[in-house]
Amino acid sequence: MKLLYFAWLKNKLGADSEEVAPPEEVVDVASLLEWLHNQGPAYAEALGDRRRIRVAVNQEYARPDTPLSQGDEVALFPPVTGG
Amino acid sequence: MSVRVQEVDFDPGRELDRLTRENTGIGGVTSFIGLVRDMAGDQPVSGMTLEHYPGMTEKMLERIEAEAHERWPLDASLIIHRVGPLEAGDRIVMVATASAHRQAAFESCHFLIDWLKTKAPFWKAERTSEGQELWVEARESDEEASERWNR
Repeated sequence: MKLLYFAWLKNKLGADSEEVAPPEEVVDVASLLEWLHNQGPAYAEALGDRRRIRVAVNQEYARPDTPLSQGDEVALFPPVTGG
Repeated sequence: MSVRVQEVDFDPGRELDRLTRENTGIGGVTSFIGLVRDMAGDQPVSGMTLEHYPGMTEKMLERIEAEAHERWPLDASLIIHRVGPLEAGDRIVMVATASAHRQAAFESCHFLIDWLKTKAPFWKAERTSEGQELWVEARESDEEASERWNR
């Protein structure tokens, strides 16, 4: 699974993307965030407040119950500020 | 219909001319141009850097534009959004809509910029006078402006 990070999430995690192989219990966006949150202090800090995180799966806005599969592209980013 | 995400500047006059040329059924054009302000609240800002999500950004802009064409009888439309480093006073975004009558042009242009601000994956980092880059927080008022277009 490919993860992409944008804006301050990229700064806090020190990378703009990474390949991950989450365990079987990661079945949707909510369980992915839960798992990622436990992958070290940088993740714990960056993902501490879920209200500040938006998620897109394969370039479509996702919800906590959006299902995930191994080949997905999952992007994590703050609320958008363009325009 | 046209969507462009680019680093380089654009010429609004030429863009408007190109949008309406060869379609004499168009009776009115509305455009909105967003610029980089030199202040963020009461803090001076020298410029900003705009980041986007290549692929998803274009897809969302095309979808927003298609929705405007479904809601209003538009003859032409254009969305240009810049990315990368920008200075105070620079153009950031241009939205333009053309229709036989002004009401559709005004309303759809307003709709497009309101929706773009809350749906299209762009992020601004403002540069302080000391050269520090600070990510801009999303504003509740932008979300409210977008919400009022919900049927």
